Amino acid sequence: MAAQKRSIKELTMLNNDPIDGVEIDHDDKDMLTWKITITGLEETPYEGGTFILHVTFPNDYPFKAPVLSFKTKIYHPNISNDDKGSMCLGLLRPDSWKPSTRMTTVLAFVKQILTTPEPDEAIEVNIAKEFKDNNKEFTKKAKEWTKKYAKR
Amino acid sequence: MDSDDEMSGLSSQDDFRGDLDSDGGSLGSAFDDEDEPDVGFSQDKEIVKHKKRSYEVEYSIYGPADIQAQQDKQVEEVSQILGQPVAASAILLRHLRWNKERLIESYMERQEAVLDIAGLGSGSVQSPRTHVMKNFTCTICYDDEPGTTTYALKCGHRYCVDCYRQYLATKIQDEGEAARIQCPTQDCHQVVDSKSMDLLVTAELKARYEILLTRTYVDDIEKLKWCPAPNCEYAVQCEIKPRELSRIVPTVECACHHRFCFGCTLQDHQPTPCMLVKKWLKKCEDDSETANWISANTKECPKCQSGIEKNGGCNHMTCRKCKHEFCWICMGLWSEHGQSWYNCNRFEEKSGVNGRDAQAKSRAALDRYLHYYNRYATHELSAKLDKDLYVKTERKMINLQAASGLSWIEVQFLDTASKALQQCRQSLKWTYAFAYYLKRNNMTEMFEDNQKDLQMAVEALSEMFEKPVTELKPLKVEILDKTAYCNKRREILLEDAADKLKKGEQLFREN
Repeated sequence: MAAQKRSIKELTMLNNDPIDGVEIDHDDKDMLTWKITITGLEETPYEGGTFILHVTFPNDYPFKAPVLSFKTKIYHPNISNDDKGSMCLGLLRPDSWKPSTRMTTVLAFVKQILTTPEPDEAIEVNIAKEFKDNNKEFTKKAKEWTKKYAKR
Repeated sequence: MDSDDEMSGLSSQDDFRGDLDSDGGSLGSAFDDEDEPDVGFSQDKEIVKHKKRSYEVEYSIYGPADIQAQQDKQVEEVSQILGQPVAASAILLRHLRWNKERLIESYMERQEAVLDIAGLGSGSVQSPRTHVMKNFTCTICYDDEPGTTTYALKCGHRYCVDCYRQYLATKIQDEGEAARIQCPTQDCHQVVDSKSMDLLVTAELKARYEILLTRTYVDDIEKLKWCPAPNCEYAVQCEIKPRELSRIVPTVECACHHRFCFGCTLQDHQPTPCMLVKKWLKKCEDDSETANWISANTKECPKCQSGIEKNGGCNHMTCRKCKHEFCWICMGLWSEHGQSWYNCNRFEEKSGVNGRDAQAKSRAALDRYLHYYNRYATHELSAKLDKDLYVKTERKMINLQAASGLSWIEVQFLDTASKALQQCRQSLKWTYAFAYYLKRNNMTEMFEDNQKDLQMAVEALSEMFEKPVTELKPLKVEILDKTAYCNKRREILLEDAADKLKKGEQLFREN
């Protein structure tokens, strides 16, 4: 119940004070799953793309971190290149998660990671290596994927 | 000064014995005295009795109470030196991973900064208490009922006690976290101290918290390691440093009798050094597809081709059907395995000519690997089979005792023999990984001679061990002799290998 209540509260706060380029959608019957649409930021390889991200709140939320899952395929060192599209770094890591962390902070963090990947905390090591050693190639591939998978 | 005493108190038995007079009251001595009767005493005494062999290392074993006492004593001392309360001192020590000298030094230099980084903040210390608030909204659960009981650490970030409790319970129970649980606020690094725990969590959780704290203590200290055996609560202390691991294979035996390598905590893998063990296991994993057929438990009789399943540890096989006698390892005639003919531990590298083209080369590399892997895997399996056989035999022995007129004590020679077989096969198994990486030279020859001797001794004992129970009684003396001989051969092999490793000679192939 606590998870439900907190999630509603978070939603209200985000509705009152929305984040640029981030839309939140949800099913009234299931407040523990949010469907989020993020618009790729300008001057990043994700520009022009629209990325769908599901946020699932575990039953013991906010004592456990929300689970993030990209439904749109994305070429990024910190997002797993599988059917889960999971993102788990920084404040989202189980040992770093604090129950007082608000969803505004989480979503702002996601936006920031999309702009500035963290190759040292990569989940996709090969992409991270490319990002560091051959950034041109990385940007090219990330743009291709955006075009292929993230165009509306 | 105090810290010097402490260090010697925690150091190896050797040091402790060395300055027994001056340091009689130290931790080390207290533990040794206490533990002698029930902990690891047998091998401790043995080490004292015979001179330490080159493949043996010094170590001590500590039980849960010893470890707790060690921690308490250090916390107490630091608390007195720094003038900080015990709870805070414990946090400081844990933060600096129990490096007392470094803590005291940096604390003296920049007290504020150290307290801050350790999550203690500054300001006066008062005993923690909860507050009932009239107008309060908890930013975790967003409850705003009047009269909520709340709690905050020194940082002042206040939450309702229910949320605080659940937060701590999640951390302790689900995540196994203890020493580094911080305030629930994003970016606040204030650490939840032991007194706050007392105030907030149940006795049951507190007990779990203490266990976890002890665990991190051992994890934090390089020279302490938990025994990896399931449910074992002992920790082993050994002075071997990670950088020494290419030259020493520090095998220790816990009070629970589990023998493991202090370097990598894998099961005893003498004489092979940790890095080669890692490489070998990786290789076996990678090549398992190719080597699958080897692990199959059956082979065909080389003469009549009937399927044979191995049911004992001995590698001298006699086909039930055609009575053909052969060696399980090389499938050659057993009669050729007489004293001077025994060479099935040795891989004969076929010389130059057919190794020319790439395909032949890779084929040869595979053959070479399979040769060693085959023997490695065989001894692993045989050790298990020997053990199973002993369990079966033990059961029979109980029935036999009355008939044979031997007392239970007298039949213990089988137990001794079984243990020797286990240990020798464990070492023998790893000699094949060792040999796989060895360079070919005179020293290799010597190693393989030792390997051959040990293998022959083990197979001879193993064969006797498989005799029907009724025939075992007259064999007692011989089995005892063979057991002693096996142990001796193992010592010689390990000693030779350890000596060479220690000298740091270029023993191994490059890749």
